[in-house]
Formats: sequence, structure tokens, C-alpha cells
Amino acid sequence: MNFEKIEKIPTRKGFGEGLVKLGEENQNVVVLGGDITGSVLTSFFKEKFPERFFSIGIAEQNATTIAAGLALSGKVPFFASYSAFSAFRNADQLRISVAYNNVNVKIGGGHSGVTVGPDGATHQSLEEISFIRTLPNMTLIVPSDYNQTKKATVAIGRMIGPSFLRFGRSAVPSFTSQETPFEIGKANILTEGNDVAIVACGTLVWESLVAAEKLKKEKGIKARVIDMHTIKPIDYNTIIDAARDCGCIVTAEEHQVHGGLGGAVAEVVVKNFPVPIEFVGIPDRFGLSGEPEELMEYFGLTSNTLINSALRAITRRDKGFDLIRHIKEINK
Amino acid sequence: MSEFIFSDLTFENKERPLNEFPKIALQLRKDVITSLFYAGSGHSGGSLGMADVFAVMYFGGLMRYNPSNWLSSIRDRFVLSAGHISPILYATLARAGFFPPDELKSLRKLGSRLQGHPGLDVELPGIETSAGSLGQGVSIAVGMAISHRHLDKTDQLVFTVTGDGELQEGSVWEAAMTASNFKLGNLCWIVDNNDCQIDGRVHEVMNIYPLQEKFEAFGFNVITIDGHNYSQIYSTLKDFKNNSSKSEKPNCIIAKTFMGKGISFMEDDYRWHGVPPNKEQAIKALSELELLEKQIIELNKIN
Repeated sequence: MNFEKIEKIPTRKGFGEGLVKLGEENQNVVVLGGDITGSVLTSFFKEKFPERFFSIGIAEQNATTIAAGLALSGKVPFFASYSAFSAFRNADQLRISVAYNNVNVKIGGGHSGVTVGPDGATHQSLEEISFIRTLPNMTLIVPSDYNQTKKATVAIGRMIGPSFLRFGRSAVPSFTSQETPFEIGKANILTEGNDVAIVACGTLVWESLVAAEKLKKEKGIKARVIDMHTIKPIDYNTIIDAARDCGCIVTAEEHQVHGGLGGAVAEVVVKNFPVPIEFVGIPDRFGLSGEPEELMEYFGLTSNTLINSALRAITRRDKGFDLIRHIKEINK
Repeated sequence: MSEFIFSDLTFENKERPLNEFPKIALQLRKDVITSLFYAGSGHSGGSLGMADVFAVMYFGGLMRYNPSNWLSSIRDRFVLSAGHISPILYATLARAGFFPPDELKSLRKLGSRLQGHPGLDVELPGIETSAGSLGQGVSIAVGMAISHRHLDKTDQLVFTVTGDGELQEGSVWEAAMTASNFKLGNLCWIVDNNDCQIDGRVHEVMNIYPLQEKFEAFGFNVITIDGHNYSQIYSTLKDFKNNSSKSEKPNCIIAKTFMGKGISFMEDDYRWHGVPPNKEQAIKALSELELLEKQIIELNKIN
């Protein structure tokens, strides 16, 4: 992989194009707009299939529930807005009309995370992985680049059941190809290694690849980078294998460390094969205005943080499970 | 106690003389009382108050449904948005032949298909959606109406019932806006206007009036009726059915009702919103209904 000259494309473009592909293959696919169609790129579908596009305006609760009504009438409705609004403003509707009803509604959560940038904390959703993954019946996918977002969009449109897709605004490295496999619930192992596992989703997958490259070159450490694009249902086997083979794990996400991907991985690891885990994410605080790259740096969502976390995870593993010694070290 | 047994009686859905509706509504009220007594919890007031509307809506040959093939793709839809008055919907569906009336005994019990608030997961025939978080059903109905009118291009009708306290939920006005924006003449939104909610009178808890003018401003055909007058209920629903395919305006029926209607000690008392009758009260209520039944029979003889 050429780490210097990687092309950058926004994941939302993959979402918009995926919708058009779905529209072409299935007459029942319909899209609901929440005003910001040009931002989350449902506008592509609107232009191509105006008779199957319904503008609902700025009313996320209503749009989500109308989607449930459409699904209960045999349609495959997609509704997308900023994740801050399509996961929270409509939380009750997602819980009852979508998840409890177990209907074929697809929600797009665009402009997620701090990479929205200057809009600031109100628009930087950092909690939806935690919320959505606790809803029974839901499928939750956080794709890592443009190609994968397009594939994930098509995949949730083809499956039956409520789904949530979280993607972003800014251009991010496009490192998978059209041929890279994508299967809901099956994580992609991007680098082989048994020294430490880095389990990441979304924008942090690329940072993990950069970290793995540096770890190999500078420290001779082989990291297994796992793209955990599907948060729910989580890929148990790949996580357990990683815990067993590597003995320590780092999780990485552009999301609160509480209850997100890290939490999901920890639930599997603690129950099946307990090993030390380091969590990289937003440390229980809200975002703030700034350019996307500045914010990723500010919050430590970078390859350098991942390298330090990997080294710490390895140290914890090698020192065994001597809790008292560990606690003493933490308190130093 | 013979009163506590659910008979197998069912009613046909057909055009019928108005004087046949009181008997049906009476049976629905008996079922509401009995099932709530068995449940030991649940919402008596609104369920009893809507018995007359449900009797006409389901048994007057207005709504197209087929209990033996209830998921038929050409059915009309009924969405209960006010999920807490599920006892009247369950009683209606049982008496329409969707499931055996004896199952009404299982209301709110572990393992029952008759959840406290309707749930889609338990697959009770006739239930179109889960409901209970107020305001959502009406948006679901709007989604169905969009699907039938603009995507399938069929003449299927969509009926929905909300409470009046439910109109305090902001999202119902989003749904109202959407219904008229998409010219959903196939949508009939019935507001159970008993002016009662758990904390008291609706206009005191949070005033929602004037209702007629509000819905008109949102672009609806609005008609306010006496929700216990069979003639008014029938003619309003009939008008909706006859005009829906031509109409570009969604329809709102404000049904003035009394909570607990039909039972002397419950009528128009908001304290009966979320309370079931105990055994003594159930016996008293059923006796009143039976007395009423005798009067109806006598009255029909004279007519």
C-alpha cells in the first residue's frame, strides 16, 4: 500500500452511489429526504428516481416513523440525515417503530464524528454506536472508506431487517478496492500479525494501517489490523481468535470510548478469552470546532496514539495478570 | 359467573341498519370490561369511550379486511396510534374473527399475543404495528398512505386513531403537515376527543384547542361529530370512503366522546384512564351493560 499517495474520497459519496445502485435493482427502494439531501448525498437518488423520493423536511421523528409505515407496506425505505439527528432526535421512533417492529427500515447517519469539523459539538455525533447497538433486531455498520460504504449501503438494502449505517463528511483515504470482500457480520483482517490486534472501525481503520506499518518498520512488531465494519452483529470468532493469537487488543473508533466499538469488543473478550484491551476513542467529552485533521490530532485519534496504545497493551500482556502490580504501576 | 366467559360470537363486516350497532358496541364494552378485569391492569376509560366508533368502523362494511387472510395486500389498514386503548382493538378484532374471543382472557399476561400495548413481534392477526409511545402510529399511517397512494397507486384506505392528549406530542403535527403536503385523501385520522388524560382534563394539562381550526389550518377536511352517535359516525366514515379517491385533502374526524362511556361510575371521569375494574366493579359494569342490552332488545322490538 502506498501510504504517501493515497486517494481521498468522502464515504458519503459511497452512500449516495450505493442508493442509486439499489434503486436500479429494486423498484421497492424509496428514499426519504431530511432537507440536507445534498450533504448526505441522497440527492443522487432524488435526481435519478424522483417518483421514489419523498422530501419530509426537517422532521427526523416523522421521517423515521413514515419509513416504518412504508416498510410495513412492503417498501425498502432509506432515511438519512446527520447522525446527530438521525440517531438521537428520533431515538424513541427508532426504538419502537423501527427496532421493536423489526421492520425493513434503513437509516443513514452521515456527518458522524469529529470529522464534521467546524460545525462543532452539536453536529459531531459521538454516541450513536453505543445507542444503536443496544437496540434488539438492529444491524449497525460503520464502514471505513468510500468503496466499503458503497458496498455496505447495497448490502443493507439487500438484507431484510432494520439497519443503521454510520458514515462521514470529509474525504478520507480510499484504501479498499471494488474487489475487497464485504460481508455483513464478517470482519476484514487487513494485516497478518500475532503481536497485537488492532480492532477498528470507520476512519480509524486507516490510522490503524499506518500504525501497523510503523510498528513493523520501527519496532519489528507485527500487528493484526481488523476492520470491524459491522458493530452488530459483531464478529465473535474474529475477535476471539485475535485475543487468543495476540494476547492483547487495541480498539479504535471516532466515537466515545464508552459503549462503542471498544465496549462491544470488550464484551466478547471478557466473556470468552480475557486479555488486556486499550481503548482509543473520545474520552467522555463533547467535540468542538476545528478542521477535521486538527480535531483528529487534538483528540488523539491518530496512528501515533495507536502505536503507544499497542505498546501499552503488549506491556500489560507480558507482565501477566498480576493485578496488584498493575494497579501499583498505574498509581505511580 | 357466566358474565366472565367469552362467547364465540362474531359479527360480520357488512352494510347494516344503524340499530344493529348498539348491540355490537355493547358486546365490545363487555369484552373490554372482562379482559381488563382478568388482566388486573390496563386502560378502561378510553377503550370504553371508543367502542361505538370501533363498532361502526369494523362492522359497517366500510373497511375492507379479511380475517382468514388478514395480510392480504389489498386490505385497508387500521393503525392504532393510541396504543393504550388496545383492549377495544383486541375486543373488536376478536369479534371480527381475527382470533378466538377466549384469547381476550390472556390480555397483558406472560406469553400472550395481547400485549399491554400492541406489539408486532407476537404476531396477533389484525395488528398492523406496535404502538404505545404516543404520536408514532399516525406517522406510520402517513407512511402507509404514501405507499398506497403514490407508490402502489391503489385505492386502499388508511384509518388511524389518536387520543386528544396524544396531540401534545409534537411529532403528530409533523405527521399532519406531511399528510396534507402529500395530498393523502386516503387517510382518515380519528381523534378520540374525550378531553381526559392521566393528569386531568386535556385543556388544563396542556391546552390543545381549538382542534377543528388547527387541523383545518394544516390542510385537512375536518368534521367534528358525536362519537357515540352511530348515524354521525357511519355517515362521516362513509363520506370518507366514497370521496377518498378523488380527495386531495387528508381527513380528520374529531370524535367527541366520553371516557368510560356506558358504565355509570366510570363515565367522563379521567381517573379511569389507566385503571381496570376490580371484581365487584366488573360485575356492576357488566350488570349495567346487560340491563342496557335488554333495553336495546325491547327498543328494537318497538321499532
